[in-house]
Amino acid sequence: MTVTTPLIQLRGVQKRYGSGEAELLALKGIDLDIAAGEFVAIMGPSGSGKSTAMNILGCLDTPSAGQYLFMGAHVESLSRDQRARLRRRYLGFVFQGFNLLARTSAQENVELPLLYRGDSASSRRAAAARALQSVGLGGWEQHTPAELSGGQQQRVAIARAIVTEPAVVLADEPTGNLDTQRSHEIMGLLLALNRDHGITVLMVTHEPDMAAYARRRVTFVDGLVARDEQNPHPVTGPPVVQAVDEDV
Amino acid sequence: MLLSVFLLALRSVRRNLLRSFLTILGIVIGVAAVITMVTLGQGATQAIEAQITSLGTNLLLVLPGQRRAGGGGGGGGVPQFTEADADAITAQIGGVVAVAPQGRASVNVVANGRNWATSVTGSSNAFFETGNWKLAAGRLFEPDEQRAGAAVCIIGETVRREIFGGSPASTAAGGGPAGLGAQLRVKQFSCEVIGILAAKGQGGMGDQDDTVVVPLHTLQRRVTGSTKVNTLSVSMADGADSAPLKASLTQLLRERRKLAEDEDDNFNIFDTQQLAETLSSTMGVLTSLLGAVAAVSLLVGGIGIMNIMLVSVTERTREIGLRLAVGALEREVLLQFLIEAVVLSALGGVVGIVIATGASWAGARLMAVPYVFDPSINALSLLFSAAIGVLFGYFPARRAARMDPIEALRHE
Repeated sequence: MTVTTPLIQLRGVQKRYGSGEAELLALKGIDLDIAAGEFVAIMGPSGSGKSTAMNILGCLDTPSAGQYLFMGAHVESLSRDQRARLRRRYLGFVFQGFNLLARTSAQENVELPLLYRGDSASSRRAAAARALQSVGLGGWEQHTPAELSGGQQQRVAIARAIVTEPAVVLADEPTGNLDTQRSHEIMGLLLALNRDHGITVLMVTHEPDMAAYARRRVTFVDGLVARDEQNPHPVTGPPVVQAVDEDV
Repeated sequence: MLLSVFLLALRSVRRNLLRSFLTILGIVIGVAAVITMVTLGQGATQAIEAQITSLGTNLLLVLPGQRRAGGGGGGGGVPQFTEADADAITAQIGGVVAVAPQGRASVNVVANGRNWATSVTGSSNAFFETGNWKLAAGRLFEPDEQRAGAAVCIIGETVRREIFGGSPASTAAGGGPAGLGAQLRVKQFSCEVIGILAAKGQGGMGDQDDTVVVPLHTLQRRVTGSTKVNTLSVSMADGADSAPLKASLTQLLRERRKLAEDEDDNFNIFDTQQLAETLSSTMGVLTSLLGAVAAVSLLVGGIGIMNIMLVSVTERTREIGLRLAVGALEREVLLQFLIEAVVLSALGGVVGIVIATGASWAGARLMAVPYVFDPSINALSLLFSAAIGVLFGYFPARRAARMDPIEALRHE
């Protein structure tokens, strides 16, 4: 993939909450370029502004000041619905708490983003089956979240994030609720997305073990980018010897 | 998109079956109440109209008496009618189909060892035409029987049953119903039962089948001993306008009764059609009032839907946040919750209609009025309940659609 202009450009981005005495400047002027195909870990202590930055990067929120160019579009000047259209086309989300719909089958959960694109039922079903297959959950389509382990639930969530074939997957502490082994499995999946499908992955994490998978590490402190470093030797696979099995 | 949102809404209703049922209960009761009230009201209206129709349609009843003569008609020196009045009306007024002069007396009738107090009416064959009577068995009066005042009579079903017993005339098989051809003693004379009238049934006007009809001359000579006629029944041609007919009738009777210009009428004309219209419009107002009271409960049901939808929106905040995050537009989320509310309330409408059908059928039987299925009130109620879904679902749905996805996703 040849890249001329970066996929993501933040210029002097600030985010202000509240006003007057209670005013809080969560981001104090961020400049950040992310090219297509990168795998970036965003780190930092809580309150450092990394979640705020993720929300802005995910087009869920807009900066109070500064510019955010996503694929050449000025996100800061887009309307709510325009940002929603950007999200449904180019972005996939993975959350710490999975955020699957309860009492709803894995397949329907994965189909959800396609619903808003007006895809036909049959093409939705096929795409969901493909996505579930690619996260190793072929055959689990009809299980509800309650019948799945945490690791499996997060896989369903990843399938949901990639079912629309997005340009960017934003993962907010994707392994925060999982044990070490499942965490590495999930990281393996994200790595595969990035490596095999060319999907740009932005991941917030505070676990250095997980950040080690990324080729670039951006550290936030006090609303500013404190460090932005390349990782010359990213982890390329789970450290455990045993292959993945699906037992809960 | 619309279809899948609709299916989504159905699924959500099914997932919370008990709550969905309780939610729609208000709508169910409201719709059922409205439809039942209106259906029963219409049944009652129809029953009253049927009774009036059974008196005779397009019928003018002419009774002697002064409108303001201090109390009921017929009192004082008000002259009665004569048979000649009836003939004059038939001859001189256009649009009149038949005129039946009637005399009436209360009598005891005796036959078959039984005794029955009833009223005897003396009239012509026109009486059966103006009064919408049908013969169940036997024949009408012959012209010479009418002229001569022959000892013949035609009896109503109630009299037949009380005196002769047995099954109703209309269903009796073979040689005719009990009583036909028998001798019936009316006051001091005996007459042959030549016909039996088909039953009209019990109505608000009293039992019309409790009657004995004899030729007018028979009544005058053998029962009352006077040539007076109490009532003139005038039946108009179908579709005739009663107003001009009443005017010329009044004119004619004033002349025949030799009333001066400044004297009031000493007779009254009742128009059964007018009576029917007045009664049914009164019933219509009552029905609307009952319907309106019931509609209030529909409104209360709507507020119940809003309440539950608000709870549902709060409960599903994270789901809404997720939908917004994956790119649902504001109006798509709005639509989803709106459709859910409409599906709920329309479901309530359907269940309400089912219950109302049962309730109004049972109610109609209990009140002895006909059950009239009115498709328009059913359709209207269904439409109205769906509209309530839109109305009361809009506010919660808008609340859902305007959520901040970040806040919504963080919601515990």
